[in-house]
Order: sequence, then structure tokens, then C-alpha cells
Amino acid sequence: MSRVALDGVTKQFGDVVAVDDLTLEIADEEFLVLLGPSGCGKSTALRMIAGLEVPSRGTISIGGRVVNDVEPKDRDIAMVFQSYALYPHMTVRGNIEFPLKSRHVEKQDRDQLVADAAATLGLGELLDRKPGQLSGGQRQRVALARAIVRSPLAFLMDEPLSNLDAKLRVQTRAELIELQRRLAATIVYVTHDQVEAMTMGDRIAILNEGRLQQLGPSQGVYAKPANLFVARFIGTPPMNTVRGSVHRNGAGISVSLAGGMVPLPDDIARSVAARDVVEVVVGVRPEHLVMSHDGAVRALVTVVESLGHERHIVSRLEDGQMIIVRQPSDEVAPREAEAIGLVADPVHLHVFDAESGERIEP
Amino acid sequence: MTDTGAAERALELAEETRLPRRRRWTRRRSKEALLAYALLTPAFVVFVVFIFYPFARNFEYALYKTPPFPGLPRTYVGFDQIGDVLSSHDFLNSVWVTILFLLYTVPIGIFLGLALAVLAHQKLRGVNAYRTIFSSTVATSVAAASVIFFTLLNPQVGLFTYWLGRDGEISVLLDPKTALLAVSVTTIWQNLGLSFIVMSAGLQAIPDDLYEAARVDGASAWRRFWRVTVPMLSPTIFFASVVGGILAFRAFGQIDLLTEGGPNQKTNVLVYAIYREVFRNNNDGVAAVYAIALFLLVMMLTFFQMRFLERRVSYAR
Repeated sequence: MSRVALDGVTKQFGDVVAVDDLTLEIADEEFLVLLGPSGCGKSTALRMIAGLEVPSRGTISIGGRVVNDVEPKDRDIAMVFQSYALYPHMTVRGNIEFPLKSRHVEKQDRDQLVADAAATLGLGELLDRKPGQLSGGQRQRVALARAIVRSPLAFLMDEPLSNLDAKLRVQTRAELIELQRRLAATIVYVTHDQVEAMTMGDRIAILNEGRLQQLGPSQGVYAKPANLFVARFIGTPPMNTVRGSVHRNGAGISVSLAGGMVPLPDDIARSVAARDVVEVVVGVRPEHLVMSHDGAVRALVTVVESLGHERHIVSRLEDGQMIIVRQPSDEVAPREAEAIGLVADPVHLHVFDAESGERIEP
Repeated sequence: MTDTGAAERALELAEETRLPRRRRWTRRRSKEALLAYALLTPAFVVFVVFIFYPFARNFEYALYKTPPFPGLPRTYVGFDQIGDVLSSHDFLNSVWVTILFLLYTVPIGIFLGLALAVLAHQKLRGVNAYRTIFSSTVATSVAAASVIFFTLLNPQVGLFTYWLGRDGEISVLLDPKTALLAVSVTTIWQNLGLSFIVMSAGLQAIPDDLYEAARVDGASAWRRFWRVTVPMLSPTIFFASVVGGILAFRAFGQIDLLTEGGPNQKTNVLVYAIYREVFRNNNDGVAAVYAIALFLLVMMLTFFQMRFLERRVSYAR
């Protein structure tokens, strides 16, 4: 069992709270991604699991054992660093067998394990080279081989793909997922790249300013962001969010935006009424917006970005707030400076309390 | 057909414009080179006057025997003097003392500098104070260091004399068995600041990631030191050994102040012997031979270091 659990973990550096009361459980064989902007505490959280930082409060357990006071080497974890942290003076073989030698594994077993790990990552030809003679992608694979060679309980990865070029990153991403399935490994993976997070993670934990914002499978996080931060952080182009005031008209509730009135669907309207909020933020993803002449919300097209398979129509409401519409490339594009109307299916509307930023659930 | 004509004309035109451009380019190049030489000249003049010319004249001095009294003409003796000096007991003693001095001071100096640097590399409160203290000997002159140790080693009131239990015995600096060791200890202390600074700089250049990776990989502190720190520091250690070797070969001040080459020539290193021949014995010719020998020794040491030590140095980053 290689369950990793954080319970009320807090880390303070002087006055700065890097991680604030983080409670998180990573199941056996799960691929969990810690996602957030730089400085959100995700790397610190990972380093606390590794034992490279000591938590100020809370407990960390790996495989059911509390490891707060256990040295990194005795936690039975392996880590892949952003810089790869390969030993430059050792050959690829030396690097891969370093954790085995440190643990006094017999030479015969060692050779076998190194050969297996090298074969898994296609490094057989490169064993006698030094890291300086390898490409970025090859170094990354050596770092992975060094991590898998002794079959640890869990793998900790700190932005392992961020030093690769875009094409190689996409390829390595897929290879890493394959590797995880094959090894049935528990992986805690830190990244600031939401595409990486969405594609790789069984679940995503989104952090901001040291706090856990939302935890869930990638589709769930995308479909139902728990607050404005998550709504704006996940998705490219990001979700359109417009602030407006709540208007009651008879039984229903509408939100008055800069460009027009948007009626809320009944279930959300009830929640809004129950909470008695005055200001809300209405969010809608670019792919859920449709341009229509009789759309209630009016906007002015400023830029049309063509991506080949689709277009991003960048427009502005009358008060200057930006709205992006995703349009399939086989439809007729609007001209710049053209006035358009916008319509969205009410089921795709996200409504947030403008004050707290929390999602208002139906 | 007109098309080909036009193409030909275009080619000619390109040819014409290209040639002057290249000429202009070479003119700029030679102008830059001229400026480079002009800027090098002051340094070159200093080198010629104070290094190259004396160096060449030294070879001439070695071929002439210095007269016993000033004013008399010197006599040309060819290589006789060189042969006499190189086979003399005094010269061989000086070479041996110099080598011993090098062996006493350089490895221990490097080891202590590294040890202090590793200690001061910890992230501890107040460690900066230690860093300042450890590097302070850089700002201490040879004279000051020598006076400090002269006092510490004083046979009547010296603290070291008391610690060593040598009360009532002859001064350490006058005892042929201990004089060179005493001078070496002074030198190690004097050079420790430099060694510490060099090693600290080397340590700081090693990425923290490597130590963290090694910790996660299960390496003990001892193994991290030997398998990460030392190999990553090997260029620095090599540099320190070359500089330390040069410093040992040119040690003069501490010997002049502490022992004056004695007792019984036990601390008479080559540089000090040169000084004695010129300023005490007024024997320029013999001194010139010593100087040539010192030059060759330093060259051999450097060659040895490049050939055998540098092979074990890893410059990979």
C-alpha cells in the first residue's frame, strides 16, 4: 500500500505561509497533480512529502506510516527534479545505480536492476555517456530511470517536463502516463501547466496562496470550478467572467451585465435568492458562447485570432471587459469592429458570489 | 534572352558591390587589431621591463662568477658554476627543504580550508560571523602573522610552548627538528583564509538539487561528501593545489622573520637561499643558478599537476 496522506499540513518560512492547512490523500496507484501558479506552495508541499522540508504543523504519512521525523532516504520515495539533478561527473549507469549503491544492493542485482530500468526508458545505448553529452529529453529519461530503479512506494515529480521543448513535452507526457500505468505507480506530480495537469492527472489538486482550492478529477474541475480562481485558472482560453448585479423580476432572477440582462436558470436563481447576494460574477467558457444577432449581451469585436481548426473572437463589452468566443473555423467569421450579440445555453452558466468568489451551486 | 542578360547584369552588380564591402570589412578589422595592440602595450611594457628582461639577464648572470670584492671584473665561467652549485650540499638541502615545506603546507592547507568551508556552508544562525573569521587571515600580512606566531612560540611566554609542554626547552624555532614544522604551521594558518574563500566559492557553485537528490537517493552525509561534494569540487581543489604550490615555492616573509633560514639551514627554502646569496653573500652568480633551478622546479610541479592531478578533475556541470 503506497497511500500518501497530508493532514492539516502547514509550512511557514518566517512570516510567509507557503502551505496553509493542506489536507490531501493520494490513493495507491493514483496519479495526483498539484497544480497552481508559481509561488502557490505546490513545490513546498511536494518537498515536505519528500522530507526535504519539515512541516511547521500537521502530519504526513506514506504507506500508513507517519513520516514527519523520518529522513528522506528512509521514506522509500523517489523524486524527479525540474533540473533533473543528475550527477554530472557520473555516467548514466553511475547515475541510475547511485540509489542502489547507497542502499548497498549486491552488484549482481544492481546490474540487473539498472539494465531493466535502462531498457524501460530506452537508455541501453547511453549507459556509458555522461549527462553533459545527452539531450534534454535523454537527461529527463535518465532522471526517471534513477527514480524507478529501486521501485519506491511513491514517485514525487517537480515540474519534470518544463525544461523540454513543446513537441518533446507532449510526447514525454504520454510516455509518462504509460509508465505510470505499467508500473502501477503512485505519483505526486507538481506543475503550473494546466494542460499537463488535465491530461495526466487522475485527480488534480489546485493550490493558490498555499491553500487547496479544489480537488477532483480533471473533467470535474473543468466543468464545475469551485471558485473564481479555479474558473479563471483552468482552461485556455480562460473562462469569461463578468461581474453584474442581481435583479429580481417576478419569480425569476436576472443579472444585469455591462452588455445586457442575462436571466439565470431557475435552480441557480433559487440558490442566489436563498443566499441573498447582490453582486455575482457570471462565467461562461468560450466554447459555450454563440454569436447571434438577437443575443441579449452586446459586444464589439476587437481581434479575430485564427488557429486553423478554430477561431478565437476577442470582443469587448461596452465597459471594456473582454469576452472571448470560440468559433469553429467552418463558420463565418465576424469582421473586426463589428457589433455582435452573445448567447449561451443557461446550463453552461457558472455563477459565483462576487464577494467570496465561491461557486453558487444550483 | 533579355532575361538572361538581366540576370548576368544583376550578378555583375552583386560582384561589384561585394568587393568593396569586403575591403571595407578588412579595413575595420585591421583598425580593431591596431587598437587591441595599443591597449596591450602598457601591460606588455611592464612585463618586458620587470619580468622578461630580468628573466633573460638572470641566465647571463649564471654564466659569470661574481668577484669576491665589489668593483673587480666578473669572470666568465660558462656552465662550470651551474654544475658546481647544482651538486653542492647547500643547494640540494634547499631543494629538499622546499619540497618538504610544500608537502607540509599544501595538502593540509587544502584539507583544512575545505573542512572549514563545509562547516561554514551550513544554514545556521550566525554562520556569517564564522565566515568572516575564517577568511580574515587573507587580510593579515605575512609580517603580522609571523609576529603572532613568534609570540605564541616564544620559549618563555608563548602559549604554544606551554601547550606543547616544552617549558624550559630550546625554542621550537631554533630546534632543527621542529623549525620547519613551525614555519609550516604559520604558513598554513596564513593561507587558510584564501583556501577557505576558494573552497566556499566552489561549494556555493554546487546546485542544492544535487544534494537533495542524493538525500532522497539514500546517500549518507559521508557518501554525499565523497560522491557529490568532492567530485563537483575537483576543479576548485585542483586550482587551490596549483595556487598553494606556487605560494609555497615563493614563501619568504615568514622564514625571514621567524628563522632566517636556520637552524642549520633547516628552513632555508630556495627563495630564501636566493635572497641570502644576493644580499648576505653578495654572490649574484650563485643566486642566479638557484633562481633558474627554482624556475625549473615550479615548471615541473605545474607539469606534474596538469598531467596527473588534472586527469582526475571533472569539469562537467
